[in-house]
Amino acid sequence: MSAADPVTAAVAQAFREERAIVLATLIRQVGDFQLAEDAVQDAFEAAVTVWQRDGVPANPGAWITTAARRRAIDRLRRNRSVADRAERLAELTRLDARHEEPTMHDESTIVDDRLRLIFTCCHPALELPARVALTLRALGGMTTGEIARAFLVAEPTMGKRIVRAKRKIADAHIPYRVPADEELPDRLRGVLRVVYLIFNEGYAAAEGDRLVRGELCDEAIRLGQMLCLLMRDDAEVWGLLALMQLHDARRAARVDAAGRYVALDAQDRSLWDQDRIRDGLAALERAVRLRRPGEYQLQAAITALQIQAPDAETTDWTQIAELYGALAALTPSPVVELNRAVAVGLADGPAAGLALLEPLLAESALERYQPLHAAHAELLSRAGDADAAARAYERAIALTANAVERAELERRLGALL
Amino acid sequence: MAQYMLMVYEEEVDAAEQAEREHVTPLLLELHAGLREAGLLVDVHRLHATGSATSVRVREGQTEITDGPFAVTKEVLAGYYVLECADLDEALRQAAGLPMAPWATIEVRPIMPAEEWLETARRAGVDLDDEDVRNLA
Repeated sequence: MSAADPVTAAVAQAFREERAIVLATLIRQVGDFQLAEDAVQDAFEAAVTVWQRDGVPANPGAWITTAARRRAIDRLRRNRSVADRAERLAELTRLDARHEEPTMHDESTIVDDRLRLIFTCCHPALELPARVALTLRALGGMTTGEIARAFLVAEPTMGKRIVRAKRKIADAHIPYRVPADEELPDRLRGVLRVVYLIFNEGYAAAEGDRLVRGELCDEAIRLGQMLCLLMRDDAEVWGLLALMQLHDARRAARVDAAGRYVALDAQDRSLWDQDRIRDGLAALERAVRLRRPGEYQLQAAITALQIQAPDAETTDWTQIAELYGALAALTPSPVVELNRAVAVGLADGPAAGLALLEPLLAESALERYQPLHAAHAELLSRAGDADAAARAYERAIALTANAVERAELERRLGALL
Repeated sequence: MAQYMLMVYEEEVDAAEQAEREHVTPLLLELHAGLREAGLLVDVHRLHATGSATSVRVREGQTEITDGPFAVTKEVLAGYYVLECADLDEALRQAAGLPMAPWATIEVRPIMPAEEWLETARRAGVDLDDEDVRNLA
């Protein structure tokens, strides 16, 4: 695709900005995910030819909506298996005869349809990888090929996964609606989990095709922004957006010229994206004002404190330790406990940190958890117990597969002697 | 509305524990009466234990009869419901509400409507009348 071609650029822009909206509404109208998606696909293909011939329309979104609806009518006439086919055809034909796009102006309909779509894509009856893929495809505007490359999966494999999920939606009648109030908190948590998983998949990628995977971070943030627009009164939705933006701001500084991971305190801060940080802090503030604390907000607040301090020494470790305490109460996990112990060690001295580490070290499930032993070594070293620290470093080194990490641990071990 | 089969899989337990489980019967009576009254209960049956199961296969013209269920698993099919539900969410809610849910696993499967069955066979090239739908299911 050449960006110089204005028609191609206009189609690409419409695809990015309008596709999810058009698709979301059409799925509701035709009652069939696959049929609606095929019709929208037809419409975009037609746009390439028609816009080339007649010029780009004044309102590309409205053009795509009309074209997709007409293709849907054609497809619906040929497809006898769709439920309530006659009623749906009548409604679509009626809409088509109106020569206007009421839904294009009706903000609340668009909002409802996109929410329906995201809750359907993230339905717990679908396997998690399928939820991720469907969400990226239907709402993120990524093609199956792009999703497959981003997740390092063969394209036919990803294609089958998406087809199977859509078939289950149809066969099992997975509803196309925003869940009822009593189910909403649980289901929304599921949606946020999918979005954060997409983000982490892109963010955790230190190797592989970095360009494509950075795109996953961008898509996740776009989805987060969309959710904020659709559910502006939910604190965790803002909290997740803040968390993703604050992490993403440091994307360029996390990898050195040789492609290796760089830890937070060694990062070149001039590479941080200040606009992203500002957006992230604004989203966090918005979340906090809603006064409904949650795990994403707490993680975002911790990240914000780390970013805002000029260096590790001046970081407000007391407050970070408190936030980890709150996070541990909300979502207890050994990882959170470990981070809390490290923060307490920096706030109140190594002895306090070591005391919190004791129960984790006694847990047999964590025996082979490298970060635990690395943190243990660090605290022991700061407490002045060089012998015990050396043993913990050796333990951590033995559990490290990553060459860069091992070199760093060996350097610290060497510095003890 | 769509029909779903709720298949109740549970571990077969010793007599004492089974006797414990029988105590959900009054809850089931109430549940079934409510579902029936609402017109949602199409079918419900409890099966005898897998000790009474016999499996039949015909291979190369030979009928093989074996004692026991289709597959030997820890959790076995103990009974099933066929329910009318608005959508999968309602079927999943019904499954979670079964008094056996705390110890059983309930597999929820959409039932293929007879029309769709007919249509599927036709697409495969089978010559069928619209009338046949009544005899199919």
